[in-house]
Amino acid sequence: MPLVDVILALVWIGLTAYVLFAGADFGAGGWDLLAGGAERGRRQRGLIEHSIGPVWEANHVWLIFVIVLLWTGVPQVFAAVFSTLYIPLTLAALGIIARGSAFAFRKVSTRLWQRRLFGATFAFSSVVTPFFLGTVAGAIASGRVPPGIAAGNLVTSWLNPTSIVTGALAVGTGAYLAAVYLTRDAERAHSPALAESFRRRGLVTGVVVGVVAAVGLVVLHADAPSLFTELTSGRALPLLVLSVAAGLASLVLLWLRVFVAVRITAAAAVVGLLWGWGVGQFPRLLPGVTARQAAATDAVLAATIGAVAVGALLLVPSLWWLYATFQRGSRQEPASASDQEST
Amino acid sequence: MVLLTAPATYADLVAARTQMALSLGWHIILACLGVGMPAITLIAEWRGHRTGDPAYRMLARRWARAMGVLFAVGAVSGTILSFEMGLLWPGLMGVYGQVIGLPFAMEGVAFFIEAIFLGIYLYAWDRLSPVKHLLTGIPIIVAGVASAFFVVSANAWMQQPTGFDVAHGRVVAVDPWAAMFNLSTPPQTTHMILAAFMVAGFGIAGVHAVGMLRGRHDRYHRLGFLLPFTVAAVVTPAQLVVGDWAARFVADNQPIKLAAMEGLFRTGRGVPLSVGGFAVNGELRGAIEIPYGLSLLAHGRTNAEVIGLDQVPPSDWPPVNIVHPAFDLMVGMGMALLLLSAWLGWTWWRRRDLPRTRWFLRAASLGGVAAVVALEAGWTVTEVGRQPWIVYGVMRTADAVNPAPGLVWGFVLVFAVYVVLTVATVYVLRRLSRDSPAPTAPQEHDVAGYPVA
Ligand code: HDD
Ligand code: HEM
Ligand code: HEM
Repeated sequence: MPLVDVILALVWIGLTAYVLFAGADFGAGGWDLLAGGAERGRRQRGLIEHSIGPVWEANHVWLIFVIVLLWTGVPQVFAAVFSTLYIPLTLAALGIIARGSAFAFRKVSTRLWQRRLFGATFAFSSVVTPFFLGTVAGAIASGRVPPGIAAGNLVTSWLNPTSIVTGALAVGTGAYLAAVYLTRDAERAHSPALAESFRRRGLVTGVVVGVVAAVGLVVLHADAPSLFTELTSGRALPLLVLSVAAGLASLVLLWLRVFVAVRITAAAAVVGLLWGWGVGQFPRLLPGVTARQAAATDAVLAATIGAVAVGALLLVPSLWWLYATFQRGSRQEPASASDQEST
Repeated sequence: MVLLTAPATYADLVAARTQMALSLGWHIILACLGVGMPAITLIAEWRGHRTGDPAYRMLARRWARAMGVLFAVGAVSGTILSFEMGLLWPGLMGVYGQVIGLPFAMEGVAFFIEAIFLGIYLYAWDRLSPVKHLLTGIPIIVAGVASAFFVVSANAWMQQPTGFDVAHGRVVAVDPWAAMFNLSTPPQTTHMILAAFMVAGFGIAGVHAVGMLRGRHDRYHRLGFLLPFTVAAVVTPAQLVVGDWAARFVADNQPIKLAAMEGLFRTGRGVPLSVGGFAVNGELRGAIEIPYGLSLLAHGRTNAEVIGLDQVPPSDWPPVNIVHPAFDLMVGMGMALLLLSAWLGWTWWRRRDLPRTRWFLRAASLGGVAAVVALEAGWTVTEVGRQPWIVYGVMRTADAVNPAPGLVWGFVLVFAVYVVLTVATVYVLRRLSRDSPAPTAPQEHDVAGYPVA
């Protein structure tokens, strides 16, 4: 396997982790927005804050990882994408800033107006940011980013049918994953009522995301026919089938309240979609540019893969420890945590 | 693929440079606290564990709480930087992204370690045994220092580009290790890491000095001042030596930058050191001159030749009136902080106490600001002094910028967001330093009532 393919596989693993973990953090922010007034939404917000507080920064690093590997592994593609799509990417970056700092500020604020202001900023940017990131994915998938610097249309490259659908899909999958994860977190915290409300949201969002994905296929048929063909009849078909099957299974499991297993199937549905796109598009990264043509020199690729491999030896056990620490039940109940956080 | 670009308008180029400088200048302050603060907090926690002293334990909790906010803001303000490398400088990244990719990839690993252990350190404080909790802080320190090293080594490459061959505008052979460990890396990274400890140490000490000026002379405030101040005071003399090393490096390898730093227009021997002054029409006016100073400092001999700006055409000159004052400012702040450190060292040696005059605390409360000023001035010297090159001698800044129109509007937006972010951060930190009171009762032997997370 050429080294650049290894790097692209690493990029895709990083992207998958970003969508599965950070995507769910964004979704949780969205639910924060819909949690209702300060009093009514307090328990929900408490659970959300409790669940994502310790992990969101680590989850966020996956994005940095993806960006850095892109500019190292396929520099021209990175330059083309970031220069043509500079509008949605600037907006996404600002969304990331607003969201992370507002979340941290809210955590240490005590007065109601401050918590409301920071909370609203956090929640609002949690919805917009994945949308803009999604439009970027749509722009690349529909071949609207030509090679060269700022060679594409600055507006229509990301404001087009495919981008709108992928933007919506990014928001929806985050919300769906968050609902699924939070159901189990609420159950573990012995809050059956919260678990029930997130289960209901999970079911509704699951259906909505399914519909958006189906619409997406129709749009792709018209807008990006070659990717559509790969997805529906080519190498990517098995992954699409996996995604649909896992998505349906999750709805059933959620219905039956099997809250642990549904985490796995829900994740599998998202993984199927992402890897379906990746496999369907590979090896064409941009119109007329294949992975090999865009690849960095072998010396760079080898050194980077080596560095990541050594890093993985440190990271895998550390990440494991992080998640295990906070998935084990805690002494503090989330509801009481939200009462105490102002101290 | 054509990768050489030109800005849409001159205003767009200026906007891109200002945006980059703004977001870097902002991030670097948070990054310094991210590098320096965990070590200082951990020392307090360790002392608290060893002695059981509630003041130390309380300090560790309070600093950790602030660290939670600072890290979050640092992480997101760093993210926009990695976006901006592509958004603003695609011409640089499209060609040389792979050459500086390796340190950035390692930096990614360091960020992971930092974020993971910070999550554990802050949120699992009461779930781990005290020793285990202390140990979870160590990877944060190591990763913080490492990430400073990695990112500055990428910057050092832009000062001293090595480890690659170019043919027809494409990079054809790269030795990523040679690029990372270029000649500029050792002085620049050391200087930066020491700067981070100075900013964090003098900064935290300054906050507690203000508290003491307001009449709070309890043990909590005293220790909260002494501990970080000592860390910074130990680093300061070393920083001046390293700064001298950095200057010699610049003299040998970036002589035009040195000429701009010193406002030296004409090449000559036995050149004096100019402090202050303003460049007008190709000469420095109003400077105080120290005979033979520059020859001596740069090359160690009174009659050594020092290259002036006259060696290159004016189109290749960095803006002297930015670089020269910035350099003086950095050195001046470094000297002032050295004096401040020596003052405390003297009274401590004589009578194990702080200087009695309030002027000491007044000066110390500004120490953090002075360190930040030196930090920003230092980066201005490095980065503006490298102009008009983005990669010294290899690629011009104007050839690297994104040619898309409207960068000016992007800058306006980013600027507005940073204004709001600054106001909110300062506001939240000020409240944080006020709202939970120091323990007043001496019998208060535990601080578990002040959860961090
Ligand atoms: C690894 C990359 C890197 C690192 C670590 C830094 N910079 Fe930088 N900086 C750049 C990469 C860069 C750049 C992208 O290469 C720029 C844009 C234009 C240029 O010539 O260099 C730049 C420009 C630039 C300018 C504008 C110079 C001009 O256009 O006249 C300033 C004032 C700074 N930076 C300040 C900083 C600060 C405060 C830093 C501390 C964090 C910093 N730089 C670290
Ligand atoms: C072009 C320059 C730079 C880029 C692209 C950059 C990028 C980043 C990014 C993406 C993060 C967030 C990582 C996370 O999610 O945890 C970050 C945080 C950090 N950066 Fe930078 N950075 C730059 C300059 C610097 C410099 C010069 C230093 C040196 C001190 C530094 C030190 C740090 C540290 C210690 C953190 C983590 C701690 C914190 O978040 O406060 N960075 N940076
Ligand atoms: C007498 C004292 C000092 C001297 C002689 C000195 C010298 C230098 C020189 C020559 C450079 C440019 C390096 C280059 O362009 O490659 C530099 C950069 C810098 N200085 Fe200083 N410096 C001093 C004190 C300080 C202090 C006190 C701080 C901060 C607390 C500081 C922070 C920086 C930073 C952040 C940079 C840019 C990044 C780097 O090169 O690491 N300096 N300094």
